[in-house]
Amino acid sequence: MDQNQFEVIQENQNDVSILAIKGYLDAHTAPDFEKAIHELLEKGRFKIVIDFENLNYISSAGLGVFMGFIEDVRKNGGDIKLARMNKKVFKIFDLLGFPNLYEIYPNLEDAIQKFQTS
Amino acid sequence: MNKSVEKYRMMTPSKSVNLELLRDFVGKLARRAGFAEDYVNKIQLATDEACTNVVKHAYKGIPTGPIILEIVLNSEKFQVTVSDKGVGFDMEKFTRPDMVEYLNQFKKGGLGIHLIQTLMDKVTFAVNPFHKNSVKMVKYIHKPESAEKLRRQEIIMKRTKNRH
Repeated sequence: MDQNQFEVIQENQNDVSILAIKGYLDAHTAPDFEKAIHELLEKGRFKIVIDFENLNYISSAGLGVFMGFIEDVRKNGGDIKLARMNKKVFKIFDLLGFPNLYEIYPNLEDAIQKFQTS
Repeated sequence: MNKSVEKYRMMTPSKSVNLELLRDFVGKLARRAGFAEDYVNKIQLATDEACTNVVKHAYKGIPTGPIILEIVLNSEKFQVTVSDKGVGFDMEKFTRPDMVEYLNQFKKGGLGIHLIQTLMDKVTFAVNPFHKNSVKMVKYIHKPESAEKLRRQEIIMKRTKNRH
């Protein structure tokens, strides 16, 4: 299997949903990621953590997925929190000022915990 | 100074699945030209953004048009040109987004050209709809960081440190 093939793995911890994304997130794979978030929202799950540990690349098409849902998610009392981004991916988020809109955590537990304490 | 010029060319159908191939091609050549990995990543992302624009906007999702990627390099610069035969893009209508406003208003899309212009040293567009539209992107080799770029990086680093 192609190591960089995009994959989304979903896991729930109580009312928090964790989406672990793997591979490349570009204009080709962004629709798969969009579908995964859309399915969560359809189920009324608005507390979302994205685990970036195995994501190697992101382009503006991938960033666009976050912008496509964040308003709706927050209106419903939830949030999209981001965790375990590598330096390369973080640089792209930072270059565009995205850390001003999204909370980014160095580890997964802190991101999940933040939902439970807020 | 060695003034020899090397030219490379790759052509693919306008399918988004080919973005990875196009990124790999430009990335391998950028590494061979001696760029540090951070710069290789910038060149790859700028190329991806230009090719994505071709797939989405020039051909509007029709997967049969050609994406033409050309790289010209010498001891001074690494030049990437992405061309298409699609509808073309009116640069006069483009304004760089104010990212604070963009994020506050939850805007979507429209970051590709902004990223290209941020990541590369020089960017020029040439538009001739259905014949040849192209975006030419240059990264200079061994170019010392400009004072402005260093200042911007320092601000970002301080901001990030203060947040954690």
